[in-house]
Amino acid sequence: MRDILRRYGSTLTCFIVTLPAFWLLALVVLPYMILFEYSLKPMLPVDQLGGPNDVYGIGNYLTFFTSPIHIRIFFLTVFFSSVVTVICLVLSYPLAFFLAKVAKPHNVPTLFMILLIPLWVSEILRSFAWFVVLSFHGPLNALLGGIGVIADPVRWISGFNGVMIGLVYTYVLFMLFPIYNAIQALDSHQIEAAEDLGAPAWRIHWRVVIPHSKPGIASGCVMVFMLSAGSIIVPSLLASPGSRWFTEIVQQWMFEAQDWNTGSAYAFLLLVLCTVFVTLMMRLFKVRLADIAK
Amino acid sequence: MSEDVQLSNVSMDFGKFRAVDRVDITIKAGEFFSFLGPSGCGKTTILRMISGFIDPTQGDVLIGGRSMRGIRPNMRPTVLIFQNLALFPLMTVWENISFGLSVRGADKATQRAKADELLRLVDLPDAAEKAIIQLSGGQKQRVAIARALAVEPKVMLLDEPLSALDLKLRQHMRSELRAIQKRTNVTFIYITHDQGEALAMSDRVGVMSNGVLQQVGTPQEIYNHPVNAFVASFVGENNVFPGRVIAAENGFGQIETEFGKFNARLGPGVNLGTTAKLYVRPERSSLAPTPTPGGNELPVEVMELTFEGNFINVLTRDDRGFLHMVQLQNDPGEKPLALGSKLRLSFQPADGVVLGEAQARSLA
Repeated sequence: MRDILRRYGSTLTCFIVTLPAFWLLALVVLPYMILFEYSLKPMLPVDQLGGPNDVYGIGNYLTFFTSPIHIRIFFLTVFFSSVVTVICLVLSYPLAFFLAKVAKPHNVPTLFMILLIPLWVSEILRSFAWFVVLSFHGPLNALLGGIGVIADPVRWISGFNGVMIGLVYTYVLFMLFPIYNAIQALDSHQIEAAEDLGAPAWRIHWRVVIPHSKPGIASGCVMVFMLSAGSIIVPSLLASPGSRWFTEIVQQWMFEAQDWNTGSAYAFLLLVLCTVFVTLMMRLFKVRLADIAK
Repeated sequence: MSEDVQLSNVSMDFGKFRAVDRVDITIKAGEFFSFLGPSGCGKTTILRMISGFIDPTQGDVLIGGRSMRGIRPNMRPTVLIFQNLALFPLMTVWENISFGLSVRGADKATQRAKADELLRLVDLPDAAEKAIIQLSGGQKQRVAIARALAVEPKVMLLDEPLSALDLKLRQHMRSELRAIQKRTNVTFIYITHDQGEALAMSDRVGVMSNGVLQQVGTPQEIYNHPVNAFVASFVGENNVFPGRVIAAENGFGQIETEFGKFNARLGPGVNLGTTAKLYVRPERSSLAPTPTPGGNELPVEVMELTFEGNFINVLTRDDRGFLHMVQLQNDPGEKPLALGSKLRLSFQPADGVVLGEAQARSLA
């Protein structure tokens, strides 16, 4: 702090410190505190606000814990978000390694361009596009049927399939880029040294490349998992009757039941339980928070 | 224990650029061989061809008589010590050393025992559990050597591994490397641009320039009998006199230069009428106040004296302004030279050599 003050002077220091502080307080902490406060109060008709019934309690949270359907949906959301995360990881790691170490450096900008172009289209439009592509009489079935891969059209959007395809497509780049950055920072001589010492390709990855890129893998996994679990557009558009996402429950409480208090409690639970889950996973894979921040 | 390495007329092209041009040499089993040359001469490319990261465009690399074409580095009996060492920073010292054993399926106890044994060999017995970043430059060096020795290679390849060390440590590691090589009797192929390193450690040296192996020989042969101008000037100091050969007989001849006529040996390929350069080592030149009977001399004036202890460097200037270096043994009984004294620089015909240009790189 004193260093910053000496280097930039008081005005600039004030500015540098105030902006992030404002960001954190006004745009992150404050909304969550309001959300938290909401979640502790019962929903009351307007004329009873401030009355004897308007007291703090954990009733809204109990609603969740006494509702087996909601608990089930919560765990399905966590489970399928994890599956999405794993699929993204499996897809991204080879591609990230290819981009960072195998592709000729002068081709890499073009390849990145190709990867990034879909991001120019908004998430809603992309989800709708997948809805069209995957629909029963849609182009994917027509194509696969046309070249003879499948005899009868497949119902792609059934169970959680549609949601997972949509989520993987939407968030896979959030996995790719951190892993790419991590692998790119690895000295290629280490890969060569491992090969020179007799290691086959899988062992080079297992012992050298993956340990080195663990922070990138971890931050990619945290991002994809949190974004997936918190996603609302993709699960709404690509859902089938059997696939409810927890965010949809939150939305129902808030906008259909007009019960912002229970909705807040659910939203807060999603945040807390996902954080706990991520922390446990990080423990399990021995990743520290500082690694992810790198 | 060790195997020979044969480079059979090997060339390597990168696009239109020929990095290595028809190198043909056999490095004997158990030999300490150095490739010496400036950066860009193709020596690292040779190392990467032997280790298997690239395959030659033409010719073949044979190790122990077996062609290595198409064999990946992990299947070759070689191990490479990289210029930056490429130790694995996320593993401890002993895990680094036993990496090669673990990929060969050795159990943990064997790995650890081997690592400890090698750490004693490289004189780092207490470092097993340390992290790589806790080591000094010289210690990292030793760990890299131990890691390479752990897989019991037939051929060890070293890519200027001492270049990052300071002078004192570098000189110490030279004799250390040499000792390890003698103890293990592994074929060492060493790459360097430092002539001192190459001369001090090697059984034989190959001097490279322009992708061409210019000369192969013992350090003495390279220093005392360079075959062309590049080798003479890259290895050691010289006074150089360009001119034209006007007489030639029995390996000796006379060269006419703008400094006068001199008698000297003729290098390979230098004949009557050849335009060439005369090379004389400073320590083979002498200074005398009076004309020497055999001639072969040049009047000079003493410009600068540098006392180095065991010898004295004398910088002289001839009457046309060109500078010549003479290195004299320090003789306490002799009166020191005075600056500005007019003397005669001379040398024996056997101590001067007339050399042609280095072989040029051919096009891919």
